[in-house]
Amino acid sequence: MSATSETAFFDTMPFDPTAPLTPSGNLRRRAAVSRTVQVSATVAALFAVAVLVIVLFGVAKRGAAALSLSFIFENPSGLASGGIFNAIIGTVEIVIAGALIALPLGILTGLYLTEFSGARSRTARLLKLALDMMAGLPTIVVGLFVYGLIVIPQHRESGFAGAVALSIVMLPIMARTSQEVLLLVPNSLREAADALGVSRWRTVLSVIIPAATAGIVTGAILATARAAGETAPLLICNSLYAQDSTSLNLFHGVPSISMFIYQSYDLPLPDAVTRAWGAAFVLMMLILIANIGARLLLARSRAKMRR
Amino acid sequence: MTDWDRTASQIRRAEEARRRIRIRTEPVLPVITAPPTGNGAALQEHAVVFDIRNMTVFYGASRALAGASLKIYRNQVTAVIGPSGCGKSTFIRSLNRMNDSIPGFRIEGEVLYHGHDLYGARANRVEVRRRIGMVFQKPNPFPKSIYDNIAWASRNLGMKDRLDERVEQALRQAALWDEVKDRLKDSALSLSGGQQQRLCIARAIAIEPDVLLLDEPASALDPVATASIEDLMHNLKHRFTIVIVTHNMQQAARVADRTAFFSLDTTGPARVGTLIEYGDTETIFRSAADPRTRDYVAGKFG
Repeated sequence: MSATSETAFFDTMPFDPTAPLTPSGNLRRRAAVSRTVQVSATVAALFAVAVLVIVLFGVAKRGAAALSLSFIFENPSGLASGGIFNAIIGTVEIVIAGALIALPLGILTGLYLTEFSGARSRTARLLKLALDMMAGLPTIVVGLFVYGLIVIPQHRESGFAGAVALSIVMLPIMARTSQEVLLLVPNSLREAADALGVSRWRTVLSVIIPAATAGIVTGAILATARAAGETAPLLICNSLYAQDSTSLNLFHGVPSISMFIYQSYDLPLPDAVTRAWGAAFVLMMLILIANIGARLLLARSRAKMRR
Repeated sequence: MTDWDRTASQIRRAEEARRRIRIRTEPVLPVITAPPTGNGAALQEHAVVFDIRNMTVFYGASRALAGASLKIYRNQVTAVIGPSGCGKSTFIRSLNRMNDSIPGFRIEGEVLYHGHDLYGARANRVEVRRRIGMVFQKPNPFPKSIYDNIAWASRNLGMKDRLDERVEQALRQAALWDEVKDRLKDSALSLSGGQQQRLCIARAIAIEPDVLLLDEPASALDPVATASIEDLMHNLKHRFTIVIVTHNMQQAARVADRTAFFSLDTTGPARVGTLIEYGDTETIFRSAADPRTRDYVAGKFG
C-alpha cells in the first residue's frame, strides 16, 4: 500500500472517547441545519392546516346566517327560501351511483396491475399511463363526453348521466391508489399463500385485500370526496331544471348541492348568496362526516387484527 | 469416555482444523495489533467502557428488562446470549439509544459510558451514535453503490480527507476488499447476504467509532459467511470494543471474551428479561454458578 506512509486509519481515534457526550466535530453545525429543516417542515405542515381552517371558517362565517335545521331538512320553496334537503339527498344518490360504478372497477384495475398482469407487462405500463392521463382530464371534457354518450341518445339530462361522468372522474384516482397500496403488501405474504396451494384469486380476496384495506378505503374516500364537489359534469349532464323537489329517480334530473351553489350564487338576491355559502358548508361537512365514518370503521377492523 | 464426550471432542477438533485451514487458505487480514494511540491513548486496555447499573427498561406499562448491572471492558468482545424474548436486543439497543424512537420506551437505572451518563441531560443522541456504532440482524445496505455506502457517513461527518483510502481500509478491515475492489461503483444490493453484512460492518467502522454493537449479525447468514464474520471479531476487537447479541451459543463461545446470560424471570406474574449471570466466557460455558445458565449452555432449554 502506497498511502500508508501517512497515519493509517484505525490507528488513532478521531475523537476522545472519554470526553463528555456533547456534540463534537461538525455536529453543532449539522444539528443547526437539521433544526432549520425540522422547523421549516413543521411550519409548512401548520400552513397547510391553516389554509383548511381559513377556508372552513370563511365558509361557515358567510353561510352561518342561512344555516338552520330547516335549511337541512326541508325542500326549497320559492327562489331563496326553504332548505336544501332535496339537494343533499340528490348529491348522495349521484355520488353513491358513481362510486358503485367506479370503486369496483378501480379496485379491480389496481388488482390487475399488481396481482395479475405480471411484473414486466407492457399492457400494464400502457394502462398506468392511460390512467394518469385520465386523472388529468378536465372534468368539463368528461361532462361533454358523457353528454354525447348518454344524454343525446336518451334525449334527457339525468342524474344517471351525471353519475357516469363522476365515475370517470373517480376511476383513475381509485385505480392508482389501490395499485399503490397493493404494491406495499409484502411479497412474502403472496408466496406464503401460494405455498399453501391456494389459488391466486382466493389469496387476493382473503390475504392481499385485507392487508391493504386501510389504503384502499383512503383511496375510496379521496375519490368520493373529489366527486361529491364536482360541478362541471353535472351542469352538462344533469338537469338544472329539476332542483326544486326531491327526486329518487336517477334517470331524470336530480338536484345536487354543487348545482344548488352554482345556481344560487348567480341569483341577484343577497339571501341566495348566503344560502350558497350555507350549502357549501353543508357539502364540506358531509365529506368530513363520510371521512370520519370510514376511518372509524377502519380503526375497528384494525383493532380486531391486532393480537 | 462416554459417547457424548467423544462426539464433543470430535466437534472441537473439527472446529480447530477448520480454523487452521482458513488461516492458510484465506488472504491474511491486516491485523491490528495495538490499541489506538492519540485521543484514546490515555485509556488503558480493558478499561471500563460501559458501567451499567440496575438498567430497567419499560415499553409502555410492560417491563422488558429488569435490573441488569454489568461492566463492559475495552478491546474485548462481550457476548449477550439467552432465549428469545429475554431482553437481549432491548439491552444492546439501549447502549446507543436506538430505543429512544420506540413509543413508550422508558429506562431506569444508569448507563455510564466512560463515566458519562448516556441518558443524561447533556448527552447528545447523535453524538452517542457517532461514538457507538451498530450493525443489525438483517443486512441493510443503502440502495447506493458499494463505495457510497461506506463513504456516506464519513462525508456527512466532515471526514472527507483521503476518502478513497478510508473506504479501502474499512473494506479491508471487514475482509471484503478483495471481493469488491473491482466493482466499487456497483449497487450494494448486488452483493450476497454475507457480503452485504460485511459491507454494513465496513460502513459502521468507516467513521472509526469507539464501540461496535452487533445485534445478531450472523443469524440471517449461512455458516461460511458466519465464520467470516466471526473471524472479523477477533481482529476488530484490537481496535474496537465489541458487544454482540447472539442466540447461537457456539458463536458466543468462539468469539467472546466475556459472556452475559439473560433469561426470562417467570417467578412473578409478568415475564421479564433478567441478567442471570455474567463472567468470563470460559466460566459461563464450563462452570457457571447458576443452574439456569448451566442448563442453557448445555442445550437443555431455550
